[in-house]
Amino acid sequence: MAGRFKSDLKWSDVTPEAAFLDRRALLAGGAAMAAGLALPRGARAGALEPNTLEEITSYNNYYEFGTGKTDPKAYAGGLTTKPWSIEVGGMVEKPGNYDLADILKGKSIEERIYRLRCVEAWSMVVPWNGFELKDLLDQVGVQPGAKYVAFETLYRPEEMPGTRYPVVPWPYREGLRLDEAMHPLTILATGIYGKPMPNQNGAPIRLVVPWKYGFKSIKSIVKITLTDKQPPTSWNTIQAREYGFYSNVNPNVDHPRWSQATERRIGGGLFSPRIETQMFNGYGDEVAGLYAGMDLKKYY
Amino acid sequence: MENMVQTINGALRRLPTWPVYVIGLLVPFWFLWLGMTGGLGVEPIKELEHRLGELGLQLLIATLCVTPLRRFLGLNLLRFRRALGLIGFYYIALHLLVWLVLDVQILSQIWADILKRPYITIGMLAFLLLVPLALTSNNWSLRRLGAASWRRLHQLSYLAAVLGAVHFVMLVKGWQLEPLVYLGGVLALLVMRLRTTPRNWFVSARAPARRSG
Repeated sequence: MAGRFKSDLKWSDVTPEAAFLDRRALLAGGAAMAAGLALPRGARAGALEPNTLEEITSYNNYYEFGTGKTDPKAYAGGLTTKPWSIEVGGMVEKPGNYDLADILKGKSIEERIYRLRCVEAWSMVVPWNGFELKDLLDQVGVQPGAKYVAFETLYRPEEMPGTRYPVVPWPYREGLRLDEAMHPLTILATGIYGKPMPNQNGAPIRLVVPWKYGFKSIKSIVKITLTDKQPPTSWNTIQAREYGFYSNVNPNVDHPRWSQATERRIGGGLFSPRIETQMFNGYGDEVAGLYAGMDLKKYY
Repeated sequence: MENMVQTINGALRRLPTWPVYVIGLLVPFWFLWLGMTGGLGVEPIKELEHRLGELGLQLLIATLCVTPLRRFLGLNLLRFRRALGLIGFYYIALHLLVWLVLDVQILSQIWADILKRPYITIGMLAFLLLVPLALTSNNWSLRRLGAASWRRLHQLSYLAAVLGAVHFVMLVKGWQLEPLVYLGGVLALLVMRLRTTPRNWFVSARAPARRSG
């Protein structure tokens, strides 16, 4: 079911492809320097302009392809995403290995322009294409006792050079509380800018939870498990003090190694100003109710 | 082998040191140009900060290689050590400047970060240790301090290199290989010194000049 969520960013906010191609041509031209300096994008007051496809696809954290920000773009090209299936199991009515086509059947793909806030204090605005996770959970039928949803990323060492070194225990795991998973803001995305999901962004299908730090939005999903216990999540497993299970964007709770009060929007160039980070990444009106009565300093 | 080393040493003796300074000084300007024209990617601030920090650490490690290379291989790069160290300090100072001015920007947050974030505290400490070394990296200071005291003072570079590498290990997410390789390299270079001059750490600065460094 589409249309339950209304974004504060409109499709008209998206830079048309032709315009950002023009921008690139300009960059190649060399007049770029002056133009770039005259209008640092992040500095435009109040503007929430989505990042270009170039920016979204060339600055990624996808450690299966390496820990450098440009590694995913450089090394994800060899990832095979066809065929693709997701193993759905645990406390569901209809467990099974679902082919991606069966998952997409009957789902209406819509545009969601979301802010993406990385735990490393940078951010982007991404025009995703996808459908609500709830639609898939309804399709497979959630059993009454289920309380959490666990996700796993593909682990295929021969196509993922970054997995040669155990930065995190592979496969990458993430999880949500069931009410978070069922929330209309939570989507499974299959594309960006109307194009199929680029490999480095988590092809062919990934989670997007816009009010949580980016690492919660797990990429290239191959397994979804409904459970009654809080599932182990990768970063929480290795550094629980730094990465909580909830990991909601919260400017008042610092990461132990850096402040979360501000962020830098990608694309502003060498003199890009810092902007203030918003509670729940600006989605407080929609999601604050999920955490009513919870001490968010404790459940970070 | 002996002959080859002699040939290389002979060639090195004829090389001037000023090109090291000129090239070293110009590299950050090249980075700045890249950053302003898209050559440092879509997040040029962090890229510039990281490149300067990493180059600084690499040059600091290079200065620590000079003594073992001479001792174990007979290769004499001593003439270039001052240039390597000063250029390394220059990069580390710029790394700090980029962090202050372009990255964090907010004064209150800078102070909070220095005091509250151990990896930043350690990085700052490493920088502060390098300041007296940079200031005394000239012939006048060497004469003024005397060779023994000067060497003793410049052993602070050992600690600075360790702290610099630890700073790198601590700032990345998870256990990444690259910073651990740097830390391992620094420790190995220090262990080499321990083995060959075991009493180095304990003799006083007034003791006769040693071949340490």
